[in-house]
Amino acid sequence: MSLHTLSVLVENKPGILARVAALFSRRGFNIESLAVGTTEHPDISRMTIVVNVEELPLEQVTKQLNKLINVLKIVELDRTASVQRELVLVKVRADAETRSQVLETVQLFRAKVVDVAPDAVTIEATGNRDKLDAFIKVLEPFGIKELVQSGLVAIGRGARSITDRSLRAIERSA
Amino acid sequence: MTTEQMTGAQALVRALENVGVDTVFGIPGGAILPAYDPIFDSAKLRHILVRHEQGAGHAAQGYAMVTGKVGVCMATSGPGATNLVTAISDAYMDSVPIVAITGQVASSLIGTDGFQEADIAGITMPITKHNFLVTKATDIARTIAEAFHIAATGRPGPVLVDIAKDALQATVEFEWPVALQLPGYRPVTRPHSKQVREAARLIVAAERPVLYVGGGVLKANASAELKVLAELTGAPVVTTLMAKGALPDSHPLHMGMPGMHGAVGAVGALQRADLLVALGARFDDRVTGKLDGFAPNAKVVHADIDPAEISKNRHADVPIVGDAREVLADLIVAVQKEHEAGRKGDYSDWWRQLQAWRDTYPLGYDTPSDGSLSPQYVIERIGRLAGPDAYYVAGVGQHQMWAAQFIKYERPGAFLNSGGAGTMGYAVPAAMGAKVGAPETTVWAIDGDGCFQMTNQELATCAIEGIPVKIAIIDNGNLGMVRQWQTLFYNARYSNTGLQPQAGHAAKRIPDFVKLAEAYGCVGLRCEKAEDVDEVIAKAMEINDAPVVIDFVVHKDAMVWPMVAAGTTNDDIKIARDMAPEWENGD
Repeated sequence: MSLHTLSVLVENKPGILARVAALFSRRGFNIESLAVGTTEHPDISRMTIVVNVEELPLEQVTKQLNKLINVLKIVELDRTASVQRELVLVKVRADAETRSQVLETVQLFRAKVVDVAPDAVTIEATGNRDKLDAFIKVLEPFGIKELVQSGLVAIGRGARSITDRSLRAIERSA
Repeated sequence: MTTEQMTGAQALVRALENVGVDTVFGIPGGAILPAYDPIFDSAKLRHILVRHEQGAGHAAQGYAMVTGKVGVCMATSGPGATNLVTAISDAYMDSVPIVAITGQVASSLIGTDGFQEADIAGITMPITKHNFLVTKATDIARTIAEAFHIAATGRPGPVLVDIAKDALQATVEFEWPVALQLPGYRPVTRPHSKQVREAARLIVAAERPVLYVGGGVLKANASAELKVLAELTGAPVVTTLMAKGALPDSHPLHMGMPGMHGAVGAVGALQRADLLVALGARFDDRVTGKLDGFAPNAKVVHADIDPAEISKNRHADVPIVGDAREVLADLIVAVQKEHEAGRKGDYSDWWRQLQAWRDTYPLGYDTPSDGSLSPQYVIERIGRLAGPDAYYVAGVGQHQMWAAQFIKYERPGAFLNSGGAGTMGYAVPAAMGAKVGAPETTVWAIDGDGCFQMTNQELATCAIEGIPVKIAIIDNGNLGMVRQWQTLFYNARYSNTGLQPQAGHAAKRIPDFVKLAEAYGCVGLRCEKAEDVDEVIAKAMEINDAPVVIDFVVHKDAMVWPMVAAGTTNDDIKIARDMAPEWENGD
């Protein structure tokens, strides 16, 4: 198995997330991560889906996704040809004794403290999966009280945009 | 463009009329009620009041299958809508274009567990090609136009339009025509010429090719092109359950139906082929048997209008996305070019083998020794006497397989059945819909006694609406196909497959199908002896002013052969219990 990052452009209409999620579950594909948001065009939403599949089932995933009427375009984003980021918010135990060590770790990973309490700090960190995994591992000994992560978002490197053509299709049909 | 002020319900009916609907099968209820008022006035729409929404769904399928148009069914919210689910699922599996219109509770009530509320769009999401929830009257006309476009184009399928009651009641400016807003829907119908040339090259280079023809060829009206390609290449043809009649059964290149209950020659052809040319077929498990033992030495050309079917189950060496008719038309030209260049396939050795299988293992059946009626004989005689011009609509089970095996299909689309979903209860309402769509043609339902009892309430609809279908119940008093599996795989332990009173009870039939038919205003006939079969069929054929139900009481132990047991490979096909064909015998 290997991880693949799919950027899926969809019409910004109600129920699309349910259609995509239901498709994955009924076809037996596993979603590692999913993030949805609007794009530069209000009629288009973008989903970034990370799936853990072999090449052949991946082809099925994209073909089945393409059959959804509200899906406009699917692009697989190669790790090296795209910028991929996740965000993590983590609440770590930090009392007078350990706080300076925690803050040092935050600095090392270029993360930042977004909230402070007498016995804990909340840290925001962004990066790719490997960096965040390493960061969390280093924080573990201090005691992680709570952790929340966004799904991965990704964008291709270079000047080209994947939304251009889909936008034209939307404008034609409007 | 016309603009006119009207209610959402009127807009719905006008939109249906404008997209060419002439028949709607349905049942009214609270949420859909506003729509039934303008339906009452419509001169263009015939609404046929069914007795159960499942019947409306299957009737819409039957209507779609014989007319080539989109079938329409209508139901109210909640249970009305959920009763459509089986038929929608059936249409999805067999790619039948239908539009289901359901009423929904008022938009202010959606999500509150209102009376008769069900999230039918959510429920049918995995079994529709697409569905819509409409909460604004202004969206009704456009959504109807989009629904019909989606249902009928590309790979056809069911589309559901759920309309909130307040949208039906609101006032709206009706505009027509409407612009479709489907930027993500672009079915590919033109095949890629390079792929077609590659396919042609493989066909003429092959030694043992087979044209593996599925339902897509019928959907694309490509039978004429198929015949040309088959005769041009001289390659054998197998037609799946969904493709019966795509090439006439009597055609010398036709090897029959492949699959779990296929002809030995058809199954053997696939297994020994060095090239499969799959046209509008989807490598269903009922055709392939155990997948890793399927056609082990064959390269695969796979043409389908749905890209997701290609390489889904079996890797395609040459994938072709396109409409079957266009693919075939292009393939014909490409093969002709190969021939002109002096490259023509020589399949004479292959045909010697195929002919040997055909001669050694023809389809057949035993006549019961106790004088009881053979179900295969009954079905064979119906096919013979009603002839190739009739429509035959089967339920699901043994009788379905015998209807596929022993009726000779000479024209495309003459056989309707529930293939992918395997819906018991399909036959009566689908036959009803077929008869509405083709009123001048004889429509025979070949049904089992188990299937018949699932949807026979539509006999009332047929009798009242003047839909004179003919229904042959192949009555073995059992869930025959399940019983066959119990015979073969469960030591003949017949758990819950008997449909008649067991020994000790008075020997009466429950229900008495003849009386039941009569109670529904139909003609009821019964036949228990082989010598009476022709006569009772002839009698049924004479009656054209009422539906006819014939109870053919048949032997309960008859089995469907050949058979590839589930989970085994096609090579393990049995022609009778513990009897395997000798593959290489005919050389």
